[in-house]
This record gives sequence, structure tokens and C-alpha cells, in this order.
Amino acid sequence: MVDLNQLVHTSGEWLRGSGPESDIVISSRIRLARNLAEFPFISRASQADRTEIESLLRDRVLQIQESGELEYVNVNELKGIDRQFLVERQLISREHAESEGARGVAIDRAEQVSLMINEEDHLRIQVMHSGLDLEAAWKQIDRIDSLIAEQVIFAFHPKLGYLTACPTNVGTGVRVSVMLHLPALVITRQIDKVFRSLQKISLAVRGLYGEGSQAMGDFYQISNQITLGKSEIDLVKQVGDIVPVLIDYERQARDFLVRNSHENLHDKISRAYGILRTAQTISSEETMHLLSSVRMGVNLGLISDLQIPTLNELFIHTQPAHLQKLRGVELDTADRNIERARYLRRHLNKEDGDNSGKN
Amino acid sequence: MKCQQCTKTATFHITELTKGKPQELHLCEEHARQYLTQNEEEPPVAPSLAGVLAHQLAVGQTAEELAKLDQRSCPICGITFYEFRNQGRLGCPYDYVCFKAELEPLIVNIHGETEHVGKHPDKYAEGTEKRTQLIRLRREMREAITEENYERASKLRDEIRTIEEAAAGK
Repeated sequence: MVDLNQLVHTSGEWLRGSGPESDIVISSRIRLARNLAEFPFISRASQADRTEIESLLRDRVLQIQESGELEYVNVNELKGIDRQFLVERQLISREHAESEGARGVAIDRAEQVSLMINEEDHLRIQVMHSGLDLEAAWKQIDRIDSLIAEQVIFAFHPKLGYLTACPTNVGTGVRVSVMLHLPALVITRQIDKVFRSLQKISLAVRGLYGEGSQAMGDFYQISNQITLGKSEIDLVKQVGDIVPVLIDYERQARDFLVRNSHENLHDKISRAYGILRTAQTISSEETMHLLSSVRMGVNLGLISDLQIPTLNELFIHTQPAHLQKLRGVELDTADRNIERARYLRRHLNKEDGDNSGKN
Repeated sequence: MKCQQCTKTATFHITELTKGKPQELHLCEEHARQYLTQNEEEPPVAPSLAGVLAHQLAVGQTAEELAKLDQRSCPICGITFYEFRNQGRLGCPYDYVCFKAELEPLIVNIHGETEHVGKHPDKYAEGTEKRTQLIRLRREMREAITEENYERASKLRDEIRTIEEAAAGK
């Protein structure tokens, strides 16, 4: 069993802040939806079915030899705060956290691989890499899927491909997504236009925590909408090809702001930094919003005493479950806001006086 | 810099990239808000499953036909079309076969295609169809137990074992 308390102090793969184009592309993620042929889909599965699916998949999944050793977390036995913690780290989905019955997740130490059992489908395989790294992520997930397929029989139809609980995933069952940080497109109000054009080419745009979630901190997930009739490689390419275009738009918008609105931009970023360093109580939403400005400020060289990895760590450590686990107690919203402000002050002001680069 | 529409200071600097070349606008907050909201179109919503389903069923079906369709159920997992329509989730792999006629236009609507291209598991040929029978047998066994028809339940259990052992033995 993974010791979640060990994970608390790191920032996880998706916010590691390295990899190609990592000033704008936060992470690359691919997931595959798979179901066992001999069980009903989750909505028609009895408690006994779910228990059997869980123990069968758990057993098979833990046998595969992947880069790192996989460890299993029984999500059904976790406390609410620990489930929330795994959601914040993008290791399980909100749906998986909030549902009921036998379910779990296998995670590797690097937090690149997560295998959710009994989510919407029996098995959801996810591989996440920092930065823009879709092709490597595809190679890794393809290998994992093939290893598991040697041990179980997935529901597959010669014409329709992999059969999934929701017809929106049928075929490849693949969702290819990139998480982008697009603050300048938001400031220049071009973001909606960009999204409209993405939807025209069947790409979906979602917020930080997937379907239905808000775009907090100017983070957006772009992913394929279609899963049938195109190969996995083509879908990886479809998403991958649009990323340089979006990076270019965001850089142009940043250049424009620097050139034409330098005082306003510098002011906005400095104020954001100032609030984060001095606030006495602050919500998670405001923190994300301000950290987003500061992150852009660091990338543009307007703030020089702060490093991106430190900032990425603050994004994750100030989320509700992380904050409480770091503090070691459960806190209500008001106390969380005070603790969050304290945490931010401590980490942002310490860096100021201590430039040894250690953190 | 002054706002292009009034005498206040321009705090919003907008570049429009429509019609090929960039057009710059310098506006105060109030006029910027006016400009931006007037320009806003409703962002198109990606077709949701529920929306596509509702639309598709509204076309070319009488209430009577729909009611009849709603009552049809899958012989393997027992889900009715009504239940699928309501929750947007299918009950088992066989639903793709038994509701084929209803699902096909839906799938075309979502994906624009009807045929899978891409990865195939090595073992599918002997897999899915035989295995789906296990779903039905297990369900029937549970029902037999609930009805206290233990004779039937034990017969079903034997059938399940035969399939499971055959699968494990190969």
C-alpha cells in the first residue's frame, strides 16, 4: 500500500515543470478505456461482480513489469480527504473518487502511470508525462496495455473495436490530452475564439480536473473528441499537431502584452505576487488565479527570485486536501484559507531572503 | 493613452486578429467591457451524448415506437433501452450487438465513423462473444438463488464453470 503521506511533499509528475515547452505545456496525458469481456459494464455490475472485477484486475495489473513497481491503493477504503488528494494529483478522476463500491488504483512511484479499476469502465489506464511528450507517453501506455491484454480478455468487437460503457469512447478507447497554461490568451480575451476553432476540428477543451470542471488558474486541457475511425497514432498526432499552434498564439499574446501593455502587465503580476506574499486568508480559487499571473511573470523574466518548480509545487500544495495533509489535520474552509495564506507567506518570503537555490 | 471612445485613460488594449490583419483597440474598462460583451458569440457546446440521443430519437419516431423501443432489453445483461437512454451508459459489451440499429446512428453522430481503425488485442477472436455468455449465466444464477430455485442455480453454476475452465485451460 502506498504511503500517501510520502507523496504529500513532492509535486507529482504533472506539475514537475520540466520537459519540452514546459513553460506553456504542463503535461501530456493519454488514457485507455478497457473492459473485461466476461463482466457487465459498471452500471449493471452487482456488488459481487465489482468485487470480482477488482480482485481479478488488481492481481493481473500488479503482475506486469513496468518501468517502476506498481503499488495498489484501495480507493473504497480511503478517507474522503485522501481520495481528494489523489484527485488533486491527477492520479484518479473525480468520478472515481466520488463513486461507491469496490475500486482502486495502481500507481507507479514516479506517478506517471495510474491504473484505475472500476471507474466508468473496468479499467482506465493513464500515463502522464511532464511537458510536451505525447509520443513517449503513447509508447509507454501501448506497452502497458499489451502486457495486461496478455492476461485478460478485453471486450472487443471486430468492427467497433474496444467496447466501452459509454459510446463516446468506443473504438480505440483513447483520450489524448495536453494541459496548457494560457494566461496571456485569457488576458487578451482570445481564449474563447481559440476554443471555438478547436471544437470545429473535434478537439475538446476542459478545465483543470476534467469534464465539467472550471478552468482554474488558466489551465486548460485539450483532448480528442473522437475515438472511432482513427488510429491511436493519428489521434496522438491530431492533438500533438495543434499544440505548437497554441504555444505560438500564447507566446504572441505574451509578446504583445510585454510590448504594448508592459506597465499594466508588470503591475498585475507584481500585485499578484504581493498579495500571495502578504495575504492573511485566501481561497483556493484566488490562489490559483494569482499563482497563474506569477507563473507567467517568472516565465517572462518579470519576477526573478522565484523558480518554476517551486511555483508548481505551490499550485498543488495549496489545494484543499494537500494543504490539510501537509498540516496533518482536517480543517474547515475558513481555517484552510488562513492556513493557505500562512503556507504561501512562508514559502514565498523564505525564497526572497534565501537565494541559495535550495528548496 | 486615452480611450478611443471617451476621455478616460485606456487600460484595455485589445488586438483583434479577425479578417487577416491585427487591429488594435485602446479602451477604458467600461468601454472595453461593452465592446467585448457585444462581440461575444455563444461558444458552441460540444455535442453531449444526452443531446445527441434526444435529438436522434425525436427524429422519425412516434411516441408509440419510442415507448416500444424503450422496453426492449438486452438478453445478456437485462438493461432496457430506456435505462441506457436515461443514464447514457450501456450495460454490457453485448448491448453494441443487440441495440446495433439504434446505436449506429448515434455512433456516426458522435464519431463520424462506424469502423475501428487501430490497435487490436491478439486474443479477441475467441474472446468477447463466448465470454458475454458468462454475464448472462451469472445473472440468471443470481436470479435463481433469489427465487430459491437452487436446482437451476447449481445447473447454471456448472455451466459457468465449464466456460471458465475452458478459458483458463487454453
